[in-house]
Amino acid sequence: MTITAHSAAPLTRSRSAITLLAFIVLLTMFTTASAAELPSDSIYRLDIPLVDHNGAGFHLADRRGRPQLVSMFYTSCQFVCPLVLDTLRMTERSLRADEQGRLDVLVVSFDPERDTPIQLKSVFDKRRLDSERWTLARTEAPNVRKLAAALDIRYRVLADGEINHATALVLLDAEGRIVARSSVLGEVDPVFVAAIRATLSTGARP
Amino acid sequence: MQTFHNIGLAVAMSSILFASQGFASDYVALPGSNFASVLPAVSNGPKDAALPPAPVVIHAFRLRDEPVTNAEFLAFVTAHPDWRRDRIARVFGEARYLSHWQAADVVGAKAKADQPVTNVSWFAAEAYCESEGARLPTWYEWEYAAAADESRADARGDPEWRNRILGWYATPSNEPLQTVGGAANFYGVRDLHGLVWEWVEDAGSLLIASDSRDQNDPDKLAFCGAGALELKDRDNYAVLMRVALLSSLKAVDTTANLGFRCAKPLDGQVP
Repeated sequence: MTITAHSAAPLTRSRSAITLLAFIVLLTMFTTASAAELPSDSIYRLDIPLVDHNGAGFHLADRRGRPQLVSMFYTSCQFVCPLVLDTLRMTERSLRADEQGRLDVLVVSFDPERDTPIQLKSVFDKRRLDSERWTLARTEAPNVRKLAAALDIRYRVLADGEINHATALVLLDAEGRIVARSSVLGEVDPVFVAAIRATLSTGARP
Repeated sequence: MQTFHNIGLAVAMSSILFASQGFASDYVALPGSNFASVLPAVSNGPKDAALPPAPVVIHAFRLRDEPVTNAEFLAFVTAHPDWRRDRIARVFGEARYLSHWQAADVVGAKAKADQPVTNVSWFAAEAYCESEGARLPTWYEWEYAAAADESRADARGDPEWRNRILGWYATPSNEPLQTVGGAANFYGVRDLHGLVWEWVEDAGSLLIASDSRDQNDPDKLAFCGAGALELKDRDNYAVLMRVALLSSLKAVDTTANLGFRCAKPLDGQVP
């Protein structure tokens, strides 16, 4: 062992040096990429921890890198909320397959009390959402308020637990900037789809 | 009147002293209540439309006795430089944010240290309150505190009081802002009327704007839930003006007459 170690020492050293160099290069690339400052108007500047329908935690800013279709809803809603998911799906399906593959869909609940990950998962499964690209998520009430404020989606929790809310589909580019929004429900908004296409063709980054 | 004036002056002076020493303004306790708000908490369904709305349940809480001042906000941005006007991210505040200050770290001659800070976004107001272990008051908490005059918890039914408040609002907004330290109301809270508009935590929840609604089926399509809220007590113009203003603002917006104060739960726990 000792002999081997001695004879191998110069090789090990140069190998270590190469490894170290490679490591530094990688580290530099990594930190440069992650430290590239977010645009001033990126909603990824909000420090919001979320939990998805599988119970996995993530931060809002983790969505950086790919354009996102974002909306807010709550699962116990008896009125138009099912339409929010329908409209998101219709919008997604109006895109070509290669376009769909470059767009993620994030839907955050207004109702952290009742929309546990288990509840979100049950809706996710019932609606047969695509687990490759779709995420239903919850976050604590103060964060719901901040996210809704940043997305300018108005909502109000009533004393009986119902939540009045405006409906909006919001398109974020890869850097988290709001590019377009639509309040059309139950059908595809062609202007909004055009904005998605334009963002996917210019905004997608490796 | 003389007494009030002197008390006001003393409070103003002590608040300058406190602000310069980094002390927070006092929080005063307000008891819980069943409160008749201009915004009902539950939208009555079609069959109950004629019934009076249920009162709003307000839990006991504490409210800052004065709006946050320029001096206090300067101390905040000094401790939290991300909120300086030259560093704030656009997603948290528009270009006019703190634009009345001489520099990013100087209040300057155009604004007084003990005037309420204005030109602040909802995000900045919320961050300030969090730095005090507090939050913005809800609309109901604010409305409830502001229903009091100097001697009554609820003076809203008094036409004379309503006119007095409306008179304050009639003051031209191009006149310089007064300093904090007006007469204390029934609860010991000052300057709820007559000085500045104030952010509330749920400013983005006052769903009375009609511009985003679908023309065909306004309530059912644009708002998920029981529909837009119906305003009650339509004679209470002063309060309705607040609701209208707040509902028209986005969280990044700032105006020269819009400030804030903070609230805390009664037991001092983090909200």
